[in-house]
Amino acid sequence: MSFDRRQFNQASLGLGTVAAAAPAISRAQTRALKVGVLLPRSGVQAFIGQSCQMGADIAPEIVKQLNGVDIQLMNADTESNVEVARSRAEKLINDGAQILVGPFDSGAAIAIAQVAEQRKVPFVVNIAAAPQITEQGYKYTFRNFPTSVDLIRNGLALYRDLFQATNAAPRTAVFMHVNDTFGQANRKAIEAILPRLDYLPFKVLDTISYDPAARDLSVEVAKAKATKADFIMLVSRLNDAILLVRELVKQRWSPQAIMSPGSPGMYEAQFYKALGKYSDYCISNVPWYDPKGALTDRVEKAFNKAFPKDKLMYHALNVGFTFEAILIAADAFKRAGSADGTAIADALRKTDIAERMMLGGPIRFDAKGQNTTLASACIQNRDGKPVVVLPKASAQAAPVYPVPDWSKRG
Amino acid sequence: MSVDAVLNIVLSGLLTGLVYGLMALGLSVIYGVVRIVNFAHGELMAVAMYAAVVAFATAGIDPLWMLLPVAGVFFGLGYALQRGLINPFIHRPEHAQFMLLMAVALILVNGLLVVFGPDALSVQVDYSLDSYALGPIIIDKVRVICASVALVACAALFAIFRFTAFGKAIRACADNLLGAEVVGLNVKHLYAVTFGLGTACVGIAGCLLSMLGDVTPNSGPAFTLLAFVIVIIGGLGSMVGALAGGVLIGMSEAVAGLLITPSAKSMLSFALLIAVLALRPQGLFGRSS
Amino acid sequence: MKLVDLFQDWLTQSPARSRNALLALLAVLLVLPLGLDRYLTSILILVLYFAFVGQAWNIMMGFCGQLSLGHALYVGLGAYTSAALFHHFGVIPWLGAIVAIGVCVGVASLIGWLAFRFGISGTYFALLTIAFAEFTRIGFDHFGWVGGSGGFFLKVVQQDQSDWLNLRGGPTMFYYLALALAVLGFVVSALVLHGRAGYFFRAIRDNEEAARAAGVDTFRYKMIAVQLSAGLTALAGVFFAFFYNNLFPEQIFNMGRSIEIILAPIIGGVGTLFGPVLGAAVLTLLSEGLTHVLAATGHEIPGVKQILYGVALAVVIMFMPHGIWPRIAARFGFERQARPKTDASEQDHA
Repeated sequence: MSFDRRQFNQASLGLGTVAAAAPAISRAQTRALKVGVLLPRSGVQAFIGQSCQMGADIAPEIVKQLNGVDIQLMNADTESNVEVARSRAEKLINDGAQILVGPFDSGAAIAIAQVAEQRKVPFVVNIAAAPQITEQGYKYTFRNFPTSVDLIRNGLALYRDLFQATNAAPRTAVFMHVNDTFGQANRKAIEAILPRLDYLPFKVLDTISYDPAARDLSVEVAKAKATKADFIMLVSRLNDAILLVRELVKQRWSPQAIMSPGSPGMYEAQFYKALGKYSDYCISNVPWYDPKGALTDRVEKAFNKAFPKDKLMYHALNVGFTFEAILIAADAFKRAGSADGTAIADALRKTDIAERMMLGGPIRFDAKGQNTTLASACIQNRDGKPVVVLPKASAQAAPVYPVPDWSKRG
Repeated sequence: MSVDAVLNIVLSGLLTGLVYGLMALGLSVIYGVVRIVNFAHGELMAVAMYAAVVAFATAGIDPLWMLLPVAGVFFGLGYALQRGLINPFIHRPEHAQFMLLMAVALILVNGLLVVFGPDALSVQVDYSLDSYALGPIIIDKVRVICASVALVACAALFAIFRFTAFGKAIRACADNLLGAEVVGLNVKHLYAVTFGLGTACVGIAGCLLSMLGDVTPNSGPAFTLLAFVIVIIGGLGSMVGALAGGVLIGMSEAVAGLLITPSAKSMLSFALLIAVLALRPQGLFGRSS
Repeated sequence: MKLVDLFQDWLTQSPARSRNALLALLAVLLVLPLGLDRYLTSILILVLYFAFVGQAWNIMMGFCGQLSLGHALYVGLGAYTSAALFHHFGVIPWLGAIVAIGVCVGVASLIGWLAFRFGISGTYFALLTIAFAEFTRIGFDHFGWVGGSGGFFLKVVQQDQSDWLNLRGGPTMFYYLALALAVLGFVVSALVLHGRAGYFFRAIRDNEEAARAAGVDTFRYKMIAVQLSAGLTALAGVFFAFFYNNLFPEQIFNMGRSIEIILAPIIGGVGTLFGPVLGAAVLTLLSEGLTHVLAATGHEIPGVKQILYGVALAVVIMFMPHGIWPRIAARFGFERQARPKTDASEQDHA
């Protein structure tokens, strides 16, 4: 085959253009960030892990719209087991994951953080409250979730706001908590913080801790009832929260409210399904998405499209924080301009994302990799739905305190 | 703490204990005769609970109506399990028996996970949250019903063993295996019947417990452990012992919850177990072998 | 039997095949991490860990017939003891390990004394071990000095070099540590098996009453078996603590852990020397393999892997009751020919 001159010139022009464009194309091709998603999709935390996975699944599309970054998800199941979490993290990195996201559980988070530090791969924690995760001096671990101390501090501040908003002044409380990693961390935080808060004048009459695997909370509730406290401060998980409320109804004790200073359970779908009208008016002070935010709206639309039979409000934290973790990863990747772990980690340290989904200031990390600007909202159950009642600016309804007696529930 | 608070707690513990006792009964019967330690006991109970939940969710059947059908199905299940899978293992070393049943348990737990997912499920009938009030004492209605059924089931089982022909034959196998074989009893069949009866008890207990609490695929192992603690304390092979053990554990856990922190109340059960094993290994009502 | 005698016995009595195979294996294991990536190294660490702890358990069960279903107790106690000493007092893990062994031997002695004095054996003994493990688990849940149920975290200092003194370092360092432990377990098991104590253990295992009648001090030797087993397992606990750097009572004393520990020796072959090692390798590879296959075929439904696991277990138990190793050993001619077998009880393969 022979070219004549013109064809040759045109061809070389074309080739030149292609050659000039090639770096851009190859750069564009390497713009897909491989995100290793570690979540407990089986084992005791399976329900929550699967819930978080929903957030991961809808993230890539939205992230692409927001900042043009392509995300390739690499999902791994930690099986609610710390050792499995560690070896899955190693495997993901082996298979090319450039950043890790997850894992919901504090124990797994610490194990993965170690791997991340050794392999120099950044790790963005979606949900895990143990303070130790960001106290190890690691340079590659970042957490976009409050520590249990911050969680409690924010939660107790909301107690004050709630009492002010409803002109209530309860004098006594009984503190009930599940005796596991999470419950203990919260208890320590409460015992440290509560005495120092002069704006909360109530006294904790008794602290009752119970086994997370308990099938029967009758003794615990009887003990709580005997204190005749004004309200219950509850740090629980889902199943025990359900058992507790049922037991309260059976033993015919209606405290002024059941309020969590920061724990899961009472705002989850299963809670409403299981308890029906008795689930109403329970209060959880937890991080939440901004119900009036634009990004929330976007995420909700994507969620409804992907999971038409479900509602975002029942997965608020799980989906919200997992989504934000991937958003943070993409944002750092874009600013770093490379997939090198150390470069991304440095970029992560300088993160400043104003447009976010969860309540709080812009996403920023301090020197330890901890985001300290997260806020909690006061979520009260109404008509089988979690409703933001405080802070006023984001409220969807006015708070109710004290709450109606069990027998008066519609 | 006031007297009626304490009374409430102890009474609740008693009622709960009776249901625990029924759960342990099946285990005791099986071990007493077949001498197999059924490590899949709790998992079978979880299956029964799921059965009750499914029946209620799909057809609205109150678990109390499900008692007999479930008992029947589980009888068959137990019979088949023993005859088909476990029989060759009776004379094998204990760790082999244990591993086989462990494998069965593993398959059951994860089968439940695959089929039902990880959510906690339970049966909430109309009267689930009702309670009777006798003065300052408040008794949970469902608990009373379950305790009563447990007692009836125990009585029925006792009657079977005492008054029916095959009941006597089973007791013969337990007392003197060689002699039983010599007089021509079909031991294999009788063992399977016993396993079936024990499993039927588990089925009934499962239906009852589905009303008292939740079931998740991981509920099995905790039940297995509880059943063992009760049975050892009461005496392996003694039916009265299983009930008594259940009541003892139920009440002691209640009291422990009162006196020390409730999250540690299981420690008392294990301490009791250790004490019984050390001082009276055959259990409170067991026969010393 | 002294180490020297054992070595001599090994040189003269065991068939050349098995010697060479063992040496080859050791050589491979020594150089392997240099060529492997970190993921595979971490898998091997798991294999070696389970091989070690399985051998420790095997001493009690395989050689002496005492079924322990609560072995996680010793792993946990060893882990917490050494971790607490390191964290609160700066005691290096090597010294901490000695204390850990002491603690575990002490607890094992208590359990042994309680059980053997009253003649508790078989199922009851197994349940006793479970009770102790559960009791300790709940106890540690409330033990604030080591974090309670909130977990105990060791401070991790990132270094690229291996700090053998404080056991801080990368997977390669832990690999060699795990290998050393596995070798230790193997040597101790061999010493026990071929030694005088081993004869008494096996006599007790096969027929305790006959052994007692023949004059064997069954109480003493059962205690030794339990203590030795617990002491070795303590080391596994120390390893665990410094490798993972976080301890939770719910996880480390969990009954599931106890079961994990015994799976490998039972699959590999209870009472054999190499069984636990083979079992550990097979199980870990099976587990990882299943995960890969399921992911590749798209059947990533949670729980399916464990079901297949359970089926595999049931199959092995039903059709290969003595474990996989005896068959393989026979096929490859690794068995010793010297000793005449007079009874039908389990053979002891080298």
